[in-house]
Amino acid sequence: MTTTHASTVDIDALLEVCKRIRRHIVEMTHAAQSGHPGGSLSATEIFAALYFGGVVRHDPSNPLWERRDRVILSKGHATPVVYATLAEAGYFDAELIPSFRSLGTELQGHVVRNRPAGVEMSGGALGMGLSFAVGVALGHDLDDVPEDEGQIFVVVGDGELNEGQNWEAIMSASHFGLPRITAIVDRNHFQNDGPGDEIMRIDPVGDKWAAFGWSVQHVDGHDVEAVRDALLTARACTDAPQVVICETVKGRGVSFMAENPAGWHGKGPSDEQLAQALREIDGGLT
Amino acid sequence: MSSNGWAAIPEPPPAATREAYGPALVKLAEAGHDIVALDADLSASTGGNKLAASFPERWFTVGAAEQNMISIAAGLASTGKTVYAASFAVFMPGHCFDQIRVQIAQQRMNVKLIASHGGISVGEDGASAQAIEDLALMTSLPGMNVVVPSDAVEADWAIRRAAEDDEPWYIRLGRPKLPIIHLGVDEPRFELGRAEVIYLEDDVTLIACGLMVEPTMRAAESLAQEGIGARVLNMATIKPLDEAEVIRAAEETGAIVCAEEHNVIGGLGSAVARTLARHCPVPMEQVGIEDRFGQSGPWQALLSEYGLTAESVVEAAKRAIARK
Repeated sequence: MTTTHASTVDIDALLEVCKRIRRHIVEMTHAAQSGHPGGSLSATEIFAALYFGGVVRHDPSNPLWERRDRVILSKGHATPVVYATLAEAGYFDAELIPSFRSLGTELQGHVVRNRPAGVEMSGGALGMGLSFAVGVALGHDLDDVPEDEGQIFVVVGDGELNEGQNWEAIMSASHFGLPRITAIVDRNHFQNDGPGDEIMRIDPVGDKWAAFGWSVQHVDGHDVEAVRDALLTARACTDAPQVVICETVKGRGVSFMAENPAGWHGKGPSDEQLAQALREIDGGLT
Repeated sequence: MSSNGWAAIPEPPPAATREAYGPALVKLAEAGHDIVALDADLSASTGGNKLAASFPERWFTVGAAEQNMISIAAGLASTGKTVYAASFAVFMPGHCFDQIRVQIAQQRMNVKLIASHGGISVGEDGASAQAIEDLALMTSLPGMNVVVPSDAVEADWAIRRAAEDDEPWYIRLGRPKLPIIHLGVDEPRFELGRAEVIYLEDDVTLIACGLMVEPTMRAAESLAQEGIGARVLNMATIKPLDEAEVIRAAEETGAIVCAEEHNVIGGLGSAVARTLARHCPVPMEQVGIEDRFGQSGPWQALLSEYGLTAESVVEAAKRAIARK
């Protein structure tokens, strides 16, 4: 099975996928009593749009398909949203999800390349994904991979943009002329120690990317249709690398996480909190 | 003494091990290897620019950005390329250890790290430019092959051998022009993970790598004049270490000296000591940099100042023998 570039994907179906991804996120962090739910919930619509919105060419039955697009999680701690999405897409059995972070599991705390199949890059040390994407794009160009194949989508955190290596990569992607690359910023305004504006201000973040030669879009990162449309626009662009800055809320979909995002960067919910979270998720975003 | 087919003291035109890199890349590309080489604004010094001249599409410079270079190398390798990334040993691994750790070693990427200007023999540029700890960093990474060639000929063998597998390698090269000890040797004697036996005697074993191999050969010849038979092993591969040859040497000679242009902590001596302690404890002495940073000076003067000489190896050999 490969996805198609369908702008006719049913939005109601996408909203249901977002609910299922969010359920997995809170359930696996509850089971592990650790992990990173806040920055996974903020990226839920991004991953739903990528894999279920007809953006990414991929084949769960042939994860290393040579003509696939690649999705790279640079903010490598947000594994819950990745595992939830890959399970929903059919890369592995969702029954594995409760093993998240346990000894011997495929589902490691931070992303590990090809564990499970579908994970393109090891991460967890921030700031490396865009550089890796530059290498993939250079390799594809050397191999004359057609422009509409071998697209590379890199999900980066806004706090992650503190890391200088990102800006080395952003500079080199435009220098080498690599329109295959689309960066997606999960702009959730919180990082480990607190609000990004207090820890290390990155605004005007769009202007910075533009100054480095990238094509910039801003979008409501929790409007899954808008995210999907922005990603399809980026995918079609052939004259520059693109960034889609997704305005998001850390912990979105679970009220007590969204109201205290700094407190839910890196821990799992209790039994009672899980029950409340699942009720709220089933109600959908309000 | 038995010379095992070796010239006593070689007198060829000297060459730096780093000079082997550019020509080796060109040979690999000409032979049809799907290689890509990366540099970080030091390509004239590493020799990477030689590939740029003849195969420009296979060479990229990323500017002075080693972290970016290493992660780009990993991405390129993920598309099936054999990737060479070159810089100075102080910057790679110095600036980019985390990228090497997560993206090259943990992902087991087909990337060959070519670290030029290793050790204090960089000379006048001083302490910040002199890598004395790179072997400690790189040998500590699971799955990383770590190689320190002894001359430009062996460097050529090792650089081209690295393209024959898909494993991560770290090859440390040097700046100064050194004697060619493998002059006229046509068949490559470099084997990954295998010591090269230069002299096979039984009173003491001298194990060296890199630019310390040639003075260690002279030390053995000096010891021979005093009636002491020294076995000499060129241990170009620090990891995986040729443990069998080290154990055999310990059993047959009963005393070991290690000589390297590196901190005595974490390099060749540490690797050999670990093997001896587990399998065949015998007296062991080290010739190396005694846990202090380098400084400016002509490279030969620095080697003398830091005790990296044939005379130091002779003294260490006598100390080791006395402890038998």
